[in-house]
Amino acid sequence: MTTAVLTAPKSASPTWQWFRDAFRRHPTAIVGGMVLAAMVLIALLAPWLGTVDPQALSPIQRLKPPSSEHWFGTDMLGRDVYSRVIYGSRISLTVGIAVAAFSIAVGLAIGLVTGFIRWLDAIVMRVMDGLMSIPSVLLAIALMALTKASVGNVILAITIAEVPRVVRLVRSLVLSLREQPYVEAAIAAGTNLPLILLRHILPNTLAPLLVQGTYICASAMIIEAILSFIGAGTPPNVPSWGNIMAEARSLFQIAGYLIFFPGLFLSLTVLAVNLLGDGMRDALDPRLARRM
Amino acid sequence: MIAYILRRLGATFIVMAVVALFVFSLLFLTPGDPAAVIAGDIATDDDIKNIRAKLGLDEPFLVQFGGWVWRLLHGDLGTSIFTNLPVTTLIGQRVQPTVSLTLCTLIVAVLIAVPLGVIAAARAGTWVDRFVMGFSVLGFSVPVFVLAYVLIIVFSVQLEWLPVQGYRPLKEGMWPWLSHLILPSIALGTVYMALIARITRAAMLDVLSQDYIRTANAKGLAPRAVLTRHALKNAGVPIITVIGIGIALLISGAIVTETVFAIPGIGRLTVDAILRRDYPIIQGVILLFSGVYVLINLLVDLSYRLFDPRIRY
Amino acid sequence: MKLASASPRALALALALTASCASAQQNVLKFIPSADLRILDPIATTAYITQNHGYLVYDTLFATDAKFQVQPQMVEKWELSPDKLTYTFTLRDRLKFHDGQPVRSADCIASLERWAKRDPLGQKLAEATESWSAVNDKTFRLKLKKPFPLTLDALGKLASNVPFIMPERIAKTDAFQNITDATGSGPFKFVKEEWVPGNKVVYVKNTDYVPRKDAPSWAAGGKVVKVDRVEWIYIPDSATAAAALNAGEVDWWEQLPPDLIPMLRKNKDVRVETRDPLGSIGIMRFNFLQPPFNNQKMREALLYVVNQHDYVLAIAGDEKNGRPCYSFFTCGTPLSSEVGAEPLKGKRDFDRAKKLIQESGYKGEKIVILSATDLPIVHSQSLITADLLRKLGLNAELQAGDWGTLTTRRTSKEPVEKGGWSIFHSYAVGPQLISPASSPIRASGENAWFGWPTDKKLEELREAWFNASNPAAAKKAADAVQLQAFKFVPYIPTAQFIIPTAYRSNLSGVIVAPMIFLWNVEKK
Repeated sequence: MTTAVLTAPKSASPTWQWFRDAFRRHPTAIVGGMVLAAMVLIALLAPWLGTVDPQALSPIQRLKPPSSEHWFGTDMLGRDVYSRVIYGSRISLTVGIAVAAFSIAVGLAIGLVTGFIRWLDAIVMRVMDGLMSIPSVLLAIALMALTKASVGNVILAITIAEVPRVVRLVRSLVLSLREQPYVEAAIAAGTNLPLILLRHILPNTLAPLLVQGTYICASAMIIEAILSFIGAGTPPNVPSWGNIMAEARSLFQIAGYLIFFPGLFLSLTVLAVNLLGDGMRDALDPRLARRM
Repeated sequence: MIAYILRRLGATFIVMAVVALFVFSLLFLTPGDPAAVIAGDIATDDDIKNIRAKLGLDEPFLVQFGGWVWRLLHGDLGTSIFTNLPVTTLIGQRVQPTVSLTLCTLIVAVLIAVPLGVIAAARAGTWVDRFVMGFSVLGFSVPVFVLAYVLIIVFSVQLEWLPVQGYRPLKEGMWPWLSHLILPSIALGTVYMALIARITRAAMLDVLSQDYIRTANAKGLAPRAVLTRHALKNAGVPIITVIGIGIALLISGAIVTETVFAIPGIGRLTVDAILRRDYPIIQGVILLFSGVYVLINLLVDLSYRLFDPRIRY
Repeated sequence: MKLASASPRALALALALTASCASAQQNVLKFIPSADLRILDPIATTAYITQNHGYLVYDTLFATDAKFQVQPQMVEKWELSPDKLTYTFTLRDRLKFHDGQPVRSADCIASLERWAKRDPLGQKLAEATESWSAVNDKTFRLKLKKPFPLTLDALGKLASNVPFIMPERIAKTDAFQNITDATGSGPFKFVKEEWVPGNKVVYVKNTDYVPRKDAPSWAAGGKVVKVDRVEWIYIPDSATAAAALNAGEVDWWEQLPPDLIPMLRKNKDVRVETRDPLGSIGIMRFNFLQPPFNNQKMREALLYVVNQHDYVLAIAGDEKNGRPCYSFFTCGTPLSSEVGAEPLKGKRDFDRAKKLIQESGYKGEKIVILSATDLPIVHSQSLITADLLRKLGLNAELQAGDWGTLTTRRTSKEPVEKGGWSIFHSYAVGPQLISPASSPIRASGENAWFGWPTDKKLEELREAWFNASNPAAAKKAADAVQLQAFKFVPYIPTAQFIIPTAYRSNLSGVIVAPMIFLWNVEKK
């Protein structure tokens, strides 16, 4: 997402231009974007970053502290923690980005349609209110209890927990947009609904949704770690940051590096995504941004 | 006003009905035969048949749902699969620690976060502001269990100031009770504080730019009076709203915090139930937590008038 | 955080309350058990936690001491007729259940009959039994069809299922249904009102209990209770448990990950000891009813690649706390040997294993390995096995929950697509595997341990061992059992390791044994 934003060509739409200017005024967001870009690169290039098979066991090498051979040390089964953390970025970023993308897509679809069809709106919003009243971690773990542990199921569970919030946001945007003169004009001119949605409404929801997407991405990565910690997340042999920490938690006093490195990567990434989101939000809300 | 409350209660009722339907469906979305799950370890086919009959699992879905809701309304949440004890009993045993923990966290978080947010807004752009904002972003970025372990190492293992784990009921004394809650509250409260401090700051900035604040300043009122009497009161609605919505964070966080600190509360019950697929408990806990959450947010909505007399119901 | 000082009145109240608590100070032993007590019936489940609960609440007719000798416990005297077919037992005086009723012959008979329906050794005894009969309230008789040399070993059985004596009204419960009333005649009483599943189990001293006069030795001897109350506090997070023990918030931690030993040893107020010199044995168990491990070749293939050194390290941390054991019988006990162990002991041979897999006709069926993340001994074995299967190119999936879930899921005989399983790991305390009697080596199909292997030859050889008349013959018969076991592979022993236990140094009189006995412990 970030790379796309940062490398958008000069001739891009005014929105992008606006974003670029905004970013210039928000150095923290730039740093966040860069850290995130670095994480994405690490995830993509994992096999070429001096890593070994993150699942390869070697009990004879167990619990070695960080050294030149094992940069982040080894865990209780002698697996190389550096490799696990590097490969772990794939899982955590996949979960974060996939949840953000899916919940935005689904939330957008539901929100757009219900924003225009009144009778459907009443029903869907009651369902969304219901789901929203279940705290998202609780909802996600309840859903995970239904199925077996897999990365796909984790993404699905967290997405279901996040969708209602997106729907609410989209719906509120749609409701204010439909009062705009140009939309009313289009409706009066008899333009059919899909076209109105596509041409007039959708483009105007994208910017706030992008901001929302970054927050969802950040919270999804944290929820993934919590699910893994509780034992209701990705399968325990998959090296996600949450799993690495969860597995090592009984050793946190004697081999703190097992928690420190994945924790650092997770916190850095979430921090980066949050900073990016803050920057974008301020850019979208110039009244607040002026005071930063 | 009364009409508004009635309307809101009606909406709340619908929300809870949706939650109940969802929660009930959980058992039916489970792969496999719920009766076999309940029968457990050493069941014969006859046992499973009996359980099916007893639970009415052979009836149509809506009939079953009706029966379940009927029992629910009579305070019967079913029986735990693993312990064979009523879910209401299991939850009852564990209410006190969770209420103590969340209340303690709530009070402390609000007492710390709101002033922080106000100061940050008043000193916008200074290092105080940056510090508060930095803390709030950081608070969102550290998983609660990592924070919890760090707190245990520093304050319990190294400094030996506070107990590591467990819970003491209030009847054993104020200090034993409180001392067991301090570290869990800090771990649990950090995200919550981060959220409240952020929103408070944003709301305050918004209010401080309004004309009447400029007027108040211009007519020479003490800055502190302007901040608290005028600005904070007017920023109250978003702040109280986020305190209500943030309860969800507290509930989610309590699940993890109680596990790390071995506090025998509802959060621990939830984790145990999830790991064992003990559906009646999972159902009961979700219903309870959602009910509390909805109720608190209803109260929050109703309290708006205290902050903004312009709001008419 | 200064709530306490904020209100002087609250503080005064707090002080008053603390004072009133202090005056009623009881001697409470706080104990972290290795698992959560969920099932109260030590006959219906073999779970060690329930067995340990049983030893507190119930008493036994005979009991095994630290030298593996069977000693009378509830029994005052016993005799065996010259034809070795009739045992007569007489109970000690003043034995009483927790409900105040005296322990009668009828209670013992009902309890033993129920136990004999579930326990493997009990089932063998039942096969040899003609009848049980009460002579009077304190004396009863066992008539056998044929001599059964292991009778007293069975009645004094140390590990699950232990023939605990319950009141007749409870022992009449169907053996396949869990009892929920924990009334026994043992040295502790279970306090049901204070039981919080998942958190706390409370026992109080049974003041009516009359201990034997002899010194305690494991389950045998006088069970003198020296604390008023025992609280089991279940702390699943071992980091928290370690910190709690270090801080003195609990007195005794039953079972800790070996990696934490050095850290706890640094604390001079904590003592770390080895629970059982014989150690425990890791087990890799197959499902014999479903492909692919219903095929002997598949099981044999794994025999060639399981590297016990890896399992020892993963479970025990270093080779100081464990060692390989290439025998189906606990290494260090009379029956153990390396007869037929070459496939497990020799050079690890992946080519051979792959060839066997090919011969077995494996078509990529999914293999489900169950694991329990709350039991490191089980979980680390599962992770190593998952890696092993991956290296062999098998389609393996690790499915992890907690131990409670595993014990439920392993009862499923369905294919993996319907919630079944292919492999799970467990471990057995050394005493359980010293002979073919109650070892999971049993291959009697439906009756056997989860996995339900069926092998007629193995069963015949086991029968021959039961009938062996002298130690030399028994040894020979056991060798034959093992030889066949290495062919049929009912399970694979993965490691022998010791389990450390740790307690505060203000405890004295701790009985260090493969199971937990909480009498004789004094807290200063």
